[in-house]
Amino acid sequence: MSADLALSVENLSVEFRTRSGVVRALENVSFSVAKGETIAIVGESGSGKSVTAYAVMGILDPAGRITAGRAMLGGLDLIAAKPRQLAQVRGRQIAMIFQNPRTALNPIRPVGRQIADVLIRHGGLTRRAAPAAAVEMLRAVGITDPVRRAKAYPFEMSGGMCQRVMIAIALAAKPSLLIADEPTTGLDVTTQAVIMDLIGDLAREMGMATIFITHDLALAGQRSARIVVMHAGHVVEAAPTKELFARARHPYTAELIAATPDSATSLDALAAIPGSLPDLRRSDLPPCRYSERCPRKKDACAQPLPHTALETNHMVACWNPLPAPLSAPSASAA
Amino acid sequence: MLTTIAKRTVTVIPTLIGVIIVTFLLTRVLPGDPAVYFAGPAATPESIADIRKSLGLDKPLPEQFVVYVNDLAHGNLGNSLATGQPVMAEIASRLPASAELTLFGLIISMVIAIPLGILAAVKQGSWIDHTCRVVATAGVSLPVFFTGLLLVYVFYFLLGWAPPPLGRLDVFYTAPPQVTGFYLIDSLIAGDFEVFRAALAQLILPGLTLAIFSLAPIARMTRASMLAVLASDYVRTARASGLSSYTVIVTYAFRNAMLPVITTLGMVFSFLLGANVLVEKVFAWPGIGSFAVEALIASDYAPVQGFVLTMAIMYVALNLLIDILYGVVDPRVRLEA
Amino acid sequence: MADIAAPVRPASGANALYRHARYVIGENPVTGLSFGLFVLILIAALIGPWIVPYNPLASDTSETLKPPSLHHLFGTDQLGRDIFSRVVVATQLDFAIAIFSVVLVFLMGGLAGVAAGYFGGWTDRVVGRIADTIMAFPLFVLAMGIVAALGNTVQNIVLATAIINFPLYARVARAEANVRREAGFVEAARLSGNREWRILAFQILPNVFPILVVQMSLTMGYAILNAAGLSFIGLGVRPPTPEWGIMVAEGAANIISGEWWIAFFPGAALMIAVFCFNLLGDGLRDIVDPRRRT
Repeated sequence: MSADLALSVENLSVEFRTRSGVVRALENVSFSVAKGETIAIVGESGSGKSVTAYAVMGILDPAGRITAGRAMLGGLDLIAAKPRQLAQVRGRQIAMIFQNPRTALNPIRPVGRQIADVLIRHGGLTRRAAPAAAVEMLRAVGITDPVRRAKAYPFEMSGGMCQRVMIAIALAAKPSLLIADEPTTGLDVTTQAVIMDLIGDLAREMGMATIFITHDLALAGQRSARIVVMHAGHVVEAAPTKELFARARHPYTAELIAATPDSATSLDALAAIPGSLPDLRRSDLPPCRYSERCPRKKDACAQPLPHTALETNHMVACWNPLPAPLSAPSASAA
Repeated sequence: MLTTIAKRTVTVIPTLIGVIIVTFLLTRVLPGDPAVYFAGPAATPESIADIRKSLGLDKPLPEQFVVYVNDLAHGNLGNSLATGQPVMAEIASRLPASAELTLFGLIISMVIAIPLGILAAVKQGSWIDHTCRVVATAGVSLPVFFTGLLLVYVFYFLLGWAPPPLGRLDVFYTAPPQVTGFYLIDSLIAGDFEVFRAALAQLILPGLTLAIFSLAPIARMTRASMLAVLASDYVRTARASGLSSYTVIVTYAFRNAMLPVITTLGMVFSFLLGANVLVEKVFAWPGIGSFAVEALIASDYAPVQGFVLTMAIMYVALNLLIDILYGVVDPRVRLEA
Repeated sequence: MADIAAPVRPASGANALYRHARYVIGENPVTGLSFGLFVLILIAALIGPWIVPYNPLASDTSETLKPPSLHHLFGTDQLGRDIFSRVVVATQLDFAIAIFSVVLVFLMGGLAGVAAGYFGGWTDRVVGRIADTIMAFPLFVLAMGIVAALGNTVQNIVLATAIINFPLYARVARAEANVRREAGFVEAARLSGNREWRILAFQILPNVFPILVVQMSLTMGYAILNAAGLSFIGLGVRPPTPEWGIMVAEGAANIISGEWWIAFFPGAALMIAVFCFNLLGDGLRDIVDPRRRT
């Protein structure tokens, strides 16, 4: 089975040392992505979704430490790998794009050269051949007049165009896995759709696995085959998309779905999730970090979290999961 | 790009006007009778009256100002009492000495301070970082003339490595034929390596003194700027793209970090031009700084006024150059239509 | 609705400030050291002339150019004067120059800046022009010009130092005044009928003070360096007055012949004093506004 996996994260734990204490940002995070599969990691701000990605990519803030876990990319454990091994892999087999594309690009370097840098580094191209290949990459991500645009600077381009450039940079070396951290935040709705389509098309063309990190459950539902739900540094549920929406078993997931606006919901019917994220610096954090806001809490919840596999591919970490609906799943939310 | 340069040059004009007005006031609004100052300490009432007439000090102030500006436009800065020579000629002949010294000191300073600042930022918390911090604080506290004297004592008196601090060239050598006025360059042009080495030997201690003095702001700004850039989103992207350490630090981080450092150079020049005067006194350097100091001691006012004006105009020109350089290097400024 | 009877001041009570100050001094030993050093310098400035072993002006031709010894801790100079006594006595003059310069520039720059930020418009433009013109000169050169023009006295050194630091204080004060222009306690003062300049002087300026006090400590160091530099080239202080800068000048010629102590001790005193004021400024910054820590 592991031969079919693009990435397998196992029991990843990360903590940050700050002035006000140690923040246990991630605890025992596990999930996997199959080759060519598109999954989404969803959760509210502070749930640890981005930290997971940064840890896997090896670009954590210096104050952060990975205290446990593995991240298997092919046969290589990214966490335990030496810098030289990582250098072969980062940007080449696993790539990442970020939110706020304008600030994520070098402001004083033409975008064509930023793409060329990656092509030279990972694609084995010479300095002479790289610029032309960069122009082709720009064309592949749908930028019109790529020859002229290659000489442009990020401040001369719109947010959507900058995001396309970032995609070009990330995909230049044809990675087997792309992590997209909130790639459409800050873009207008039309551009969002266009960018998501672009990523999806390119992923299909290249047989590339994708991890979307987002707080937008609806977006995740539209674009991914599986969804991993995170809360306060834990993975609380993971299931195929349709399954998740139809038969969410973790109370938090249910609240998330209920809180997601769609065309049918009116504003006053929007439900908010009660409570807030617990302070992750506390030394007395309960094993289930949702328990303090959970309406279904019982005594058993004081035990360490289980990782119950329900059906195949559906995992939930809860002592008191929602009951499975008796009838066949109704049509999922639009 | 030429329009940007032209535009920036134009903004300098009000500043120049202010400078000319201030230097005018400095010598006309003296307490007491300006004529007495310009006539010198050994003046008789007749010579004072003569000076008053010849310098037009009996005319109303606005008229004096017009004459002053007119004189400036013709390069007339008055005459020195001590030598009787036109101040302008003296300043022009002494300027290369000061310029060579200042530039030499600045180059040494940047060669040390910039790598120090970069390393301190890249290896935060290491001994290099602490050294950088200490250097920055110490550099700001050391009086520049004290540093100069210390260097002379250690390297000339104790170790005997440096030549006596008696000016640009040892007595046995003659200056190379003048092309730029910079002994280092002129001696190389003339192919005279003996003189080159001698001139360099004389330059080292005063240059080092100036360098130590200007290390602090440059190192501090480089470190701070580098730290900010290393924490930026685009460096994170560069790292995530797996670019080599060299590319990330040099091509992505360093070039961006240098922008604020260029701006800092303006402030550094303000310190350097002032420190120049003190260093020239310690090392008997025949530049315009020591020219002004000698004139001050002799109560010879025209050279002092000429000196202040020249320094101010040079400083304004330097700042303009830095501004333009920044505009050329930063595309965001260059391309803003 | 906020109680407008009592104007709310941003600074907390004196007691809390004291406790916070104690904490900061205790937390960082270097800050504590600089405070201690400052007190030492202050004591030397105040009672120095009374406790020194020798008369700083008394020359003794039998004891010229003696290196440091038990009799003369810092040695003697070309006229046989005891350098230790001169260095300690000079503390008073240099310290006084620094204090007066700083107070003067705070008043000049602080008031001008506050007025510029508060009234805006024409006031702002004039203050801005003045500041820009001052900054168009290399600062030490301008100080030379001012002292040369106005006369070779200590008072003019103080004035020159204040003038060349004016732009910085005016700018900081202006920024703060801009922010506080619409603040609650200013509104309260205005409503209770205070005239504008009273508001400026008694409401805004005192609140700008904590920000400026950090700068003032740094300026004290710079003022000492400036005065010493001017004295070194013969401006301001005249011999035989003991002042650190002029003492270094007097000892400069002897460095080549190896009598290092004449210039060294006053120079070291300069360095220590400036270093102390810089550290003090950093410590004050931590007390006043920890957010601005570098």
